[in-house]
Amino acid sequence: MATTLDKVDVVTVGAGWTGGIIAAEAAKAGLKVVSIERGRERGTEDFLRVHDEYRYAIRYELMQDLSKETITFRNKRDQRALPMRTMGSFLLGEGLGGAGTHWNGQTWRFLPYDFEIKTLSDKKYGADKLGPEYQLQDWGITYDELEPYYDTFEKTAGLSGDDTNPFAGKRSNPFPTPPMKKTPILQKFENATKDLGYTAFMIPSANLSEAYTNPDGQTINACMYCGFCERFGCEYGAKTSPEITVIPTARETGNFEVRFHSNVVEVLHEGGKATGVRYVNWMSGEEFIQPAETVVLTSYVMNNAKLLMVSDIGEMYDPKTGRGTLGRNYCYQILPGATGFFDEQFNTFMGAGSLGMAIDDFNGDNFDHSDLDFLHGSLLTMTQTGVRPIATNPVPPDTPSWGAEFKKASIENYTRVLSVGSEGASLPHRDNYLTLDPTYKDAYGVPLLQLTYNFTDQDRALHKFITEKAVEIMEEMGAKQTIGSNPITDYDIVPYQTTHNTGGTVMGADPATSVVNNYLQHWDMDNLFVVGAGNFAHNGGYNPTGTVGALAYRAAEGIIKYSKEGGSLV
Amino acid sequence: MADEKKDVSRRDFLKTAGVATGALVGGGVIGGLIGYNAKDGGNATKEGERSGGRADQSAGSPSGRMFFTNDHDFNILSEATERIFPEDDLGPGAIGLGVPYFIDHQLAGAYGNNEKEYMQGPFYAPQATQGYQSRLRRKDIFLQGIHKMEQEAQNRFETSFAELDGDQMDEIITAFQKDEVEMEGVSAAFFFRLLRSAVLEGAYSDPMYGGNKGMEGWKMKGFPGHQAAYIDKIDSEDFVEIDPQSLGGHH
Repeated sequence: MATTLDKVDVVTVGAGWTGGIIAAEAAKAGLKVVSIERGRERGTEDFLRVHDEYRYAIRYELMQDLSKETITFRNKRDQRALPMRTMGSFLLGEGLGGAGTHWNGQTWRFLPYDFEIKTLSDKKYGADKLGPEYQLQDWGITYDELEPYYDTFEKTAGLSGDDTNPFAGKRSNPFPTPPMKKTPILQKFENATKDLGYTAFMIPSANLSEAYTNPDGQTINACMYCGFCERFGCEYGAKTSPEITVIPTARETGNFEVRFHSNVVEVLHEGGKATGVRYVNWMSGEEFIQPAETVVLTSYVMNNAKLLMVSDIGEMYDPKTGRGTLGRNYCYQILPGATGFFDEQFNTFMGAGSLGMAIDDFNGDNFDHSDLDFLHGSLLTMTQTGVRPIATNPVPPDTPSWGAEFKKASIENYTRVLSVGSEGASLPHRDNYLTLDPTYKDAYGVPLLQLTYNFTDQDRALHKFITEKAVEIMEEMGAKQTIGSNPITDYDIVPYQTTHNTGGTVMGADPATSVVNNYLQHWDMDNLFVVGAGNFAHNGGYNPTGTVGALAYRAAEGIIKYSKEGGSLV
Repeated sequence: MADEKKDVSRRDFLKTAGVATGALVGGGVIGGLIGYNAKDGGNATKEGERSGGRADQSAGSPSGRMFFTNDHDFNILSEATERIFPEDDLGPGAIGLGVPYFIDHQLAGAYGNNEKEYMQGPFYAPQATQGYQSRLRRKDIFLQGIHKMEQEAQNRFETSFAELDGDQMDEIITAFQKDEVEMEGVSAAFFFRLLRSAVLEGAYSDPMYGGNKGMEGWKMKGFPGHQAAYIDKIDSEDFVEIDPQSLGGHH
């Protein structure tokens, strides 16, 4: 029997970037906010002994406890989906700050092209260049409309960068802090790309080049380049994270509470309105109902979609008919690249999560696709994030994978290998989607989310193209041996690739093809907002968090407006 | 044998290939991916001197056992880890680094018990892209794998695994890598991958876990371990050598 608690103005599911941003903005506006977080309280003081590759990077200390909940996966519909029993392809976060604690901090704006991809591609290349099975669609918002929210997020984060990317959308303000250090490794990339006629610039970084106090009065410290960023928390408070910015901002208002160890299992609703959430405190085993004027789903892509599905809100996507919106347009990314072996040694063990340079010459529609069999593209990067010895054992081709020769080669090359990386855009396909699993359940008896996903011909063509560019750059950098990525075959959930999952609760201008409007307000329920990378109508050629942050500020504005005026915001 | 390794590795590790070979984008796997193209043998190394391995224990050190109950199993594990990461002119191998004790300790805890992993049934044979689907926990996989290695040694050479020549051990390890040995509830290739990963984890994790003895793994590799900051060094044009530091020595 669930205990019903006192009603609040806003309840968020999870206290990471999106929940934190909405909590901070709503609480500042005087609304009473509760975040229901299944993980633990944590902060900078918990990371003083964090330089432990085994615990954090290999055994996933900060990640979701899959014994309680995971997803199931298959490549295609005629296969049996099976649980992702161990973490692999992507790393789900848990606890205060969510994935915003263990991220690298590479913080991008998507290109103006991304938001109008359907209109612009059709106009330039004719209707459905890729074929009708690719469900490209505009986002229902333009870059110019989203720009002020990007600006706000960047100021909250104190982003470090330079404004020299010739392909970037127009900025209303410069980066809040100067770019990170251009190390010798990065200079090598800059010189090579310049020689090839491209324009390299510093990756916008949420590891800050200098101490910074944001407009909310929260201070982020200067990065020490310790080389332990992704999969770790920052012991200096120098990697912008929810728990050092928006969470304390929300708490300082006196209008905000985070309720820990509490797992939301259902969104309650009645008569077309959300009434609150039901959750289980997994420490006591007690069940609670938290009523709220406005319910905001701010957990990860997977769980936002799952909560809508198990709560029977919206129409499930059916890949056979193309009807329904919930679970539609799940996208990921591809990671073509090139590895270069050098004679000289580099300080590759030093670094920061967002330390790097990039070129955008082959991203978005920054180059002509008329004679190419794909759309979109990828940034190409040289990062120096700090390589660690358990995970990094590079050896040239034709070396055994164990034994004496392996040992010698992996030690020799640990500091003699550089890689050109990328994050190839992922375009929605009819057969890639999210639904509920019919067999497997989580620790609370709720069905697991089921992912059906495979790489597409678009992915394969783009992968090949970007790999060639990466090889070209690495060769120009002077590697004695350059190895390009192997062509992609089937998506495999085992090896780590990227935690850039998107879609399933897509935003848009048309309720027939989107779950939420451009305030992230649910089409069927005015007082329900769904916020995160799940809103992406496709995935761009960058890290997603900058756009997630911008969308969260947009949603926060909508939530505050809704609290005063009610009704649909569009 | 070496060419077989190459084939196996392609199948096992490059399947997805969505990953840039050796690329570190997003941080991850990976370094070793390229390396899975094995070619020439190279596994047969001379038997070097080994220190601090096998079943020897000394008081007050991490070299005690929490998981393995008998010396026989532990010695097989030790010899197999040494073949995977042998002592050479660069420095100690797995035994000298304490890797067998590291693995023993891990099997006794959260790792061996798959504590943070989804272990509910039903269990089905997976597609290659669906990953770990065994009902077995890692501690059971290791113990079974070691028993199977011994069985293979008896079948092939009528000798205990721990008494074999290096080449003979390599033949058996390769048979596991190639999935040519029958195991219950898990594939031999999966056991091999677990074992190989665990060896590297033991060689290069902080010494407080019982491996990487004396930080010798880090010293060989040029990894400085726990360092507070590189802000004053990262601009250096030259490679910077730094004495490593352990979290365990940092109270």
